[in-house]
Amino acid sequence: MNEHIGLRGRVWLEAVTGEHQSRPGDPMSVLFIRARIGKDSALFLCVVPNKESRFPCVRDGQVGLEEAYALAFRVRQAMEDDREKPRAEKSPIIAVVDVKSQAYGRREETAGIFLAAAAAADAYASARMAGHPVIALVAGHAFSGGFLTHGYQANRILAFDDSGVMIHAMHKEAAARITRRSVADLERLGHEIIPMSYDVKDFARLGLIHKLLHADDPMRPSASEVDAVKQALIEAIDDTRAGGTDLNNRFQSAEAIVARRAGLAARAAMELQWRQA
Amino acid sequence: MEHITFEYPTAQRGITKRAHVGVVGSGDMEVLLEPSPESGAHVEITTSVNGFRDAWKAVLDRFFSKFDGAVRIQINDAGATPGSVLLRLEQAVEVIQQ
Amino acid sequence: MIETSIVPAFVNRGSFIEMNGRDRAKSLFDKNSWRELVGPFDRVESPWLPKQGIAPQSDDGCIVIKGTIGGTAAVAISLENAFQGGSIGEVSGAKMASALDLAARDSAAGELTAAVLLLETGGVRLQEANLGLAAVAEMISSILNLRQYAPVITVIAGTVGCFGGMSLAAGVSSYIVMTCEARLGLNGPEVIEQESGLEEFDASDRELIWAIHGGEQRVGMGLADALVEDKTEAIASAVREYVRKGLPPQHRSRQVNLYRDRIAALDNANQINPLQLRQLWSSKESKGGPQ
Repeated sequence: MNEHIGLRGRVWLEAVTGEHQSRPGDPMSVLFIRARIGKDSALFLCVVPNKESRFPCVRDGQVGLEEAYALAFRVRQAMEDDREKPRAEKSPIIAVVDVKSQAYGRREETAGIFLAAAAAADAYASARMAGHPVIALVAGHAFSGGFLTHGYQANRILAFDDSGVMIHAMHKEAAARITRRSVADLERLGHEIIPMSYDVKDFARLGLIHKLLHADDPMRPSASEVDAVKQALIEAIDDTRAGGTDLNNRFQSAEAIVARRAGLAARAAMELQWRQA
Repeated sequence: MEHITFEYPTAQRGITKRAHVGVVGSGDMEVLLEPSPESGAHVEITTSVNGFRDAWKAVLDRFFSKFDGAVRIQINDAGATPGSVLLRLEQAVEVIQQ
Repeated sequence: MIETSIVPAFVNRGSFIEMNGRDRAKSLFDKNSWRELVGPFDRVESPWLPKQGIAPQSDDGCIVIKGTIGGTAAVAISLENAFQGGSIGEVSGAKMASALDLAARDSAAGELTAAVLLLETGGVRLQEANLGLAAVAEMISSILNLRQYAPVITVIAGTVGCFGGMSLAAGVSSYIVMTCEARLGLNGPEVIEQESGLEEFDASDRELIWAIHGGEQRVGMGLADALVEDKTEAIASAVREYVRKGLPPQHRSRQVNLYRDRIAALDNANQINPLQLRQLWSSKESKGGPQ
């Protein structure tokens, strides 16, 4: 397990926005910053570990109840602020993602974390549908419910290309346990079965990533590396504005047309048969 | 996983309907039964449990000793017992005879 | 051939839970009004399962039925819980999302088409991991899109319940119908026990499980809309009523201020007593109406 989990998010949030003192929102685990990116003023959001959280199951940077509702709140606030603006002027919303997972706790289940997560996903998707360019910058881990809550409704997904970045449905240890394999076997399986791989470069072959980014030392990026990431964000924002507000682009890349062809065939069959009413 | 096929050339009665029964759950299987474009019956099995070709043959021989339709049968199996296999096949026949 | 005319008294006649995914979906529609789309004979199957020695299912465990419910155009998308735990793979996810998109397209063009999601699922199919997860994200987007025009009604009947990423699909739905047997949550008891320990959640404590995730609790808390008996006609009737009703005044997943305040007010020092929380939250407005 990468000991930097939850720390790369803050590093890149501060690197890209130029702010060294991120102002925590309410709660301390959700950082939100208004900062310039290119000619836009964007809302940056990041979930970070908070060792003092009153919810014990989120202290390592998991996305819990407070985090999910705070994200939803901030995104909807940005939507409200820009309500009268034309599409071209809607603020970009940048989700900086480095989340260990969703919170696994009894309090969370009791208080309906499924709805909290849904509310955050709803907010991000609604912002996207209203014309805000929503960009996910995956700086570290993006697992399962955590990623569905924070980042996966984005128009474009950017991710770093090193082994500190992992996008997946379940951690290796838990997945190994449930599928009754060793972790080594699971990793081997990931080489044959691309959607099961834990390697972000394999994830990129699914066609869901807009651009892979690089930093030699992701925890201590150089000025030129930060600049390159900013440029990539600006380009993703522009690309978004030139396209639709839906997620159809996820099926249109050259990689997706190959990797997701079974899904595409299913969609095509559905469309054909739907019309034969 | 295994793919097993069987032919029953003497099953030549024309069939007009198709049937789908079952679920590929643990200990169960699904059957897709359709009219065959050729004469004779053709069976294709995809099973996650290896090494039971003889058992499959025995059940299918028994099934086709009573059923003579020219059909294409596709089976996706997750470990159904011979008794369950026969049951699902008979359910499929019941559907096409309705 | 089995003699099916003699049914023992203990068999739960009319039970919705005892039906498979296909029959559940069919049971909701007006007689003779429905047909199945991309069904078994189209053989759109998972390309990933055979590579792992797992027998695929011809419909990939997702059944799509289109027709009318109470005279209104509707599509039902049903997950077969006996196949891979009703989990979402590349194909089943694509079937669900595309059916929702087509319902939205029709609705936007003037033919309002409601969607009913029968969610009996543990979430993402691990054997397809990232394509399953991507499909869930796309499905959530598709629900939110359709939800602008026509209601999306989630039905969770049991026995598997609705967990994992698919609980977010339930969460963004217009209405959630549950039975007492059904459960709804992001993480199931076993997963919590594994990740956070036995103290946090004893997965063998059935009473605890239903006290937190069960239909009666969820509806009682205002996190789901209707608690219905496990009878096909009762569930079909509840669905018909929500289709007729149309969109709620405000979707639950939009009530951010309400829930943010509720979470802030949670007394967190110890585990929360589910019944007390139910009493607290049910005394306030939780669905429909302004924040």
